[in-house]
Amino acid sequence: MGLTMFTNLLSLVIWAPIVAGLLVLATGGDQRAGLARWVALVGSVASFLLSLPLYTSFTDLHGGMQFEEMRPWIEALNINYHLGVDGISMLFVVLNSFTTVLVVLAGWQVIEKRVAQYMAAFLIMSGLINGAFAALDAILFYVFFEAMLIPMYLIIGVWGGPRRVYASIKFFLYTLLGSLLMLVAFIYLSRQTGSFEIASFHDARLAMNVQVMVFIAFFLSFAVKVPMWPVHTWLPDAHVEAPTGGSMVLAAITLKIGAYGFLRFALPIVPDACHYFAPAMVALSLVAVVYIGLVALVQTDMKKLVAYSSISHMGFVTLGMFMFSGTQLNAWAVEGALIQMVSHGFVSAAMFMCIGVMYDRVHSRNIADYGGVANKMPIFASFMMLFSMANAGLPATSGFVGEGMVVLGAVQVNFWYAFLAATTLIFGAAYTLWMYKRVLFGEVANSHVADMKDVNKREFLILAILALMVLGMGLYPQAFISKMHFSVNDLIAHVAQSKLVDH
Amino acid sequence: MNWSDLNLMLALPEVVLLLAILAILLIDLFIPEDRKSVTYGLTLLTLVGLTAVQIVGFPAAPATTFSTMYISDPLASVVKIAMYAATFCVLVYGRQYNAARGMERGDYYTLTLFALLGMNVMVSASSFLTLYMGLELLSLALYALIAIQRDSMPGVEASMKYFVLGALASGLLLYGISMVYGATGTLDIATVARAIHAGNTNALLLTFGLVFLVAGLCFKLGAVPFHMWVPDVYHGSPTSVTMMIGAAPKLAAFVFILRILVQGLDALAVHWQGMLVLVSILSMLIGNVTAIAQTNIKRMLAYSTISHMGFLLLGVLAATPEGYSAALYYAVVYVFTSLVGFGILLVLSRKGFDCEKLSDLAGLNQRNSWYALLMLLAMFSMAGIPPMAGFYAKFAVISAVAHIGMVPLAVFAVLMSLIGAFYYLRVVKVIYFDAAEDNNEITVAGDIKLLLSLNAVALLVFGIVPDRLIEVCFAAVKQSLVLM
Repeated sequence: MGLTMFTNLLSLVIWAPIVAGLLVLATGGDQRAGLARWVALVGSVASFLLSLPLYTSFTDLHGGMQFEEMRPWIEALNINYHLGVDGISMLFVVLNSFTTVLVVLAGWQVIEKRVAQYMAAFLIMSGLINGAFAALDAILFYVFFEAMLIPMYLIIGVWGGPRRVYASIKFFLYTLLGSLLMLVAFIYLSRQTGSFEIASFHDARLAMNVQVMVFIAFFLSFAVKVPMWPVHTWLPDAHVEAPTGGSMVLAAITLKIGAYGFLRFALPIVPDACHYFAPAMVALSLVAVVYIGLVALVQTDMKKLVAYSSISHMGFVTLGMFMFSGTQLNAWAVEGALIQMVSHGFVSAAMFMCIGVMYDRVHSRNIADYGGVANKMPIFASFMMLFSMANAGLPATSGFVGEGMVVLGAVQVNFWYAFLAATTLIFGAAYTLWMYKRVLFGEVANSHVADMKDVNKREFLILAILALMVLGMGLYPQAFISKMHFSVNDLIAHVAQSKLVDH
Repeated sequence: MNWSDLNLMLALPEVVLLLAILAILLIDLFIPEDRKSVTYGLTLLTLVGLTAVQIVGFPAAPATTFSTMYISDPLASVVKIAMYAATFCVLVYGRQYNAARGMERGDYYTLTLFALLGMNVMVSASSFLTLYMGLELLSLALYALIAIQRDSMPGVEASMKYFVLGALASGLLLYGISMVYGATGTLDIATVARAIHAGNTNALLLTFGLVFLVAGLCFKLGAVPFHMWVPDVYHGSPTSVTMMIGAAPKLAAFVFILRILVQGLDALAVHWQGMLVLVSILSMLIGNVTAIAQTNIKRMLAYSTISHMGFLLLGVLAATPEGYSAALYYAVVYVFTSLVGFGILLVLSRKGFDCEKLSDLAGLNQRNSWYALLMLLAMFSMAGIPPMAGFYAKFAVISAVAHIGMVPLAVFAVLMSLIGAFYYLRVVKVIYFDAAEDNNEITVAGDIKLLLSLNAVALLVFGIVPDRLIEVCFAAVKQSLVLM
């Protein structure tokens, strides 16, 4: 296809940040922290530039996998090193590489102890996440999926807040539980199909009781990652204790892997079970949207508030993915869910960045410790205004597009689904803007706030880039939708076919 | 005995090893106390030489000698090479520790080599008699090694416990062997297998004997409900000896099981499969749950060993070539992972201080981030988190049981590995998240640091490119076990 120059592009995108991470680690102790920072920045920018051809050279004229790479990995166990991206996963590889640059910048001055280890953990994790999105072999996916727990565990535990140890162990064990059961499901499926290729799993014909078991395994694995109500409790803990960069990556990327898992594994492999469980999935998603939205309203800790708002927004994503009319998935809802995932990647990263900026000055995340920040930090306040609006789903921001599409899709399926989902436009606005009002507006509340200085160049750069993306995506979502269109159609056509064994 | 078929070349490694031991015993007598490094060097040289002999004479197919008492096959050779490497690591990692405690004596080295000889004989036995001989030689050497610090009360106590319980286990084994002999009229493993397949044996007597054999084997392996000695022996022995017990003997015990259950009694697989399912479930459960409650790392690693033996047995009880290969791979990976874990404990110990408690590791990342990283690799490998080698080991045994339709057992095993992950994570937590209490400088000789680093990094490298090692294990099992 004339893409020979890109034959190893995905491998490069996966391994470049990992190698960069090892280089950063090799710079040694904190006496050479400056060097570590620069190596990390160069590494992350290079990785991002490498990932750009994935977007620009991705042809949106047909579906299927592109940039495929395939070589045997463990022949004795029939496992291949098989990579490739479709219109869905490609976006997340690029988004992840992009976020990593911001994370490195966000930790530039803030992280003072063990800088090399901090930067290295993020770079290595970035490579592993790219691997998880690009893997087309189930075990290869699992290896990347699990391996990223290690750097995240260390990031929360070493650089996190006061209850970091509890949060990090909870994070690790929660996510491990689900993924171990998924591993058993993979082994079972490979027994049925004779290989670990995800594509061959897609073609497997399975009896209903088997589909139900496999679905439960997938559900436990991915629902914890998304996270869906009621297995969401690790997220607020992890977010609150994680450093700013950790929160950005958690919200922007790792949550998306859970939702991506539903799209890549659950829906195409066990469509009949998905159809069977769709009402339950919709119910759980709506609980997340409505109930968690209300929970967010009463938070006194800004990071917790944004964490709960993430859960609520991710409820939209799972809602959109399980909008069946008959056996047919609703195309609007699925595409809306995907757009919502990308948009949430930008908006949540931006929100955590904003909170990080304030935290670095006052060392508190409590809403009550702030007030009148806008008087001291006008530039920052304008940025945060934009991001708060996006978080509330205001039109012309990226937050609106995804939510709007999911609600439109839901109307076609069931009015009440759409009605309940649309309440988020009220609750979302309520908790975000109310927080904004209490923190930014009013009189200067105390001497700490009076001492606050407006954003420096580094912070300005990060916020400006994010603001561009949020606005750009809100005004021209077609740039993203066109890339994913064929892949979504393929998925919907695939899911519509029953895979029950003929008797 | 028929001497015409005696082919000493097949048993060359054992011959060389025995001659080397005798030579070292003699030479050591003329070496003054302060120059025991000569004995140390000679011992390492012996191991290197043995590895070379083993590789050069790597057999393409099974062949027997000593009137079919001894077998040389790829399985034995692969395991022996792994045992030489493991023993090499044990000696290197333990050198400083032993020297600081007055254990660097000639008898330490000769006893280690005698234990190795016993294991070699076990691994290459093709008769119940040779199996038993090898096992006793190994056990005797270990009893003495555990009590090598004569004035150490815990050491002597551990040695006595191990001796009494080990003798009991040997008795059970012998009793089982005698019943198999009574039913089949032979001690030769291949002939036993043929006799049972021919069908004119007393089934009741055989099954009865099998129960005693499995009990004895589980005893030696340290699997529940015959595990009581493991924590006390691990805890009481000097750490360098604990490391020794946890390394090569596990490999030998594994082959011991293959020789008896698979090569000899595979016709009774239905019976031993059921017993091993029970033993495996209990080992994983009790090993993992009890490990959580430990504050002493040596005890924690002892319980973790028990749970690992449960996982290892998953591969055996699958009773398929795939399962045996997976179990062999598991054993090899486990041994080299535990070597790193104990190696770090040795590195952190110094004269008058044994690193034993979990809190002794606190803040290791601040004190020395390299050793912290090595321990992290070992712990995640034990927990079976990719991309460490330990993941593929767990994956292989779990997929072996899933493939014979025991999906509930596979689910149970992954849940147990979740519990296991908790206490391995706790070690990482103590190393990375806690503040250092002990700020003594860590002084380690360059050779120890180099080998330990290679060993730990190998866990990661074999996790990223696991193909070769898995291939070797699968080929060894396929070429060695002639399944009926």
